[in-house]
Amino acid sequence: MIALLLRDLRLAVRAGGGFGLGLAFFLIVVTLVPFGVGPEGQILGRIAPGILWLGALLACLLSLDRIFALDFEDGSLDLLATAPVPLEGVVTIKALAHWITTGLPLVVAAPVFGLLMHLESTAYFWMILALALGTPALSVLGTFGAALTVGLKRGGLLLSLLVLPLYVPTLIFGAELVRRGAQNMDTNVPLLMLAGITAAVIAVVPFASAAAIRVNLR
Amino acid sequence: MSIWEYANPVKFMKTSSWALPWVSVATVISLAVGLIWGFFFTTEAMNFGSTVKVLFVHVPSAMMAINIWVMMLVTSLIWLIRRHHVSALAAKAAAPIGAVMTIIALVTGAVWGQPMWGTWWEWDPRLTSFLILFLFYLGYMALWGAIENPDTAADLTGVLCLVGSVFALLSRYAVKFWNQGLHQDSTILKVGEKDPLDPSYYIPLVICIVGFVLLFVTLLLLRTRTEIRLRRLKALEQRERMA
Repeated sequence: MIALLLRDLRLAVRAGGGFGLGLAFFLIVVTLVPFGVGPEGQILGRIAPGILWLGALLACLLSLDRIFALDFEDGSLDLLATAPVPLEGVVTIKALAHWITTGLPLVVAAPVFGLLMHLESTAYFWMILALALGTPALSVLGTFGAALTVGLKRGGLLLSLLVLPLYVPTLIFGAELVRRGAQNMDTNVPLLMLAGITAAVIAVVPFASAAAIRVNLR
Repeated sequence: MSIWEYANPVKFMKTSSWALPWVSVATVISLAVGLIWGFFFTTEAMNFGSTVKVLFVHVPSAMMAINIWVMMLVTSLIWLIRRHHVSALAAKAAAPIGAVMTIIALVTGAVWGQPMWGTWWEWDPRLTSFLILFLFYLGYMALWGAIENPDTAADLTGVLCLVGSVFALLSRYAVKFWNQGLHQDSTILKVGEKDPLDPSYYIPLVICIVGFVLLFVTLLLLRTRTEIRLRRLKALEQRERMA
């Protein structure tokens, strides 16, 4: 499984497979928002948590269709499915690789983007915490969507229609956590809910993804 | 005699062709009675005026929108566990009906909300979670449409329905939390609280709900029969090509 993780990471870095692209996309979103809503720092600061979360969502979505599609085309997904490692494990590792290449850079770069968006200084810690807790759920749910649409020729648009509604709870609690953190309010409830959703998603959704892949490989 | 007999398409077609006219007539009667009673023979409520009559369409359609998803969940489970094709086709047939019910509930709600709340749309938890439910219906139908192999499509949409149910429910409660956090003093209408619902509204409302349930059953039987015939047609075509 570690070998699989390393392989996926290597592929992502060397084959131009989206590593850093998500970050660049995030940067573009953050650059465009002030053009849309005006450069006033106050407004930007207020909508910053939402914009950063939406940017993370979309950046994550961008690279989803590659998770299984390439492996499906060249047949390595069949090999992985027949390998001694359970398919659920393979799916989890794939999600982890996806998170390391898209989610983790966003978490690390979040303070810079927060600076661009005039995020309030009290919110930085919560922003990073929320992204670190929330983005793994995005990746795991993304693999589910990717597993559903892996056999399709043009699944990209369908993928976003399937996956984005699943992101609603994570987005709600993630953005709420940052907003409350920025205003020095009680952050316990959204924090625990966000972490709980992520934990439950990691525990349960790989089974659904693996089932979907098995159907698609049949 | 067990319910699983109807997993046999021949048996299902036979029974449904017998039942369909009866259910259709019952639908027309109950909807006509309920809606006409509701629209013309109830008094206008004190604070709401004639807008209260939206109730007779809005409440049943909203109930059906949720119940149809539950029905899809059950039929998807039956398909995934026991692999009865009629079950999968019934889930497929139910989805567009559910989506339309969701639209009816949203539109009648907006029509009511305009004079009452002064706005067509408010990011109220109930409204928002219905919009999300509608998105789930859209995704479900789109996945059915995108996959060519019918068995693969049935399997994948079944899995999507299971995961979607969990997340639709989760979103429902998450959204509740979110709105309270956003604006505490918003005028949230609590439709579910039937505090003093006048008895004169109660009977026509129940008749309307029965009518909507029957309407769903009628449409579902019709659409499932169509799906089964479509499947038969495809099988015949394939056999012809092989010969």
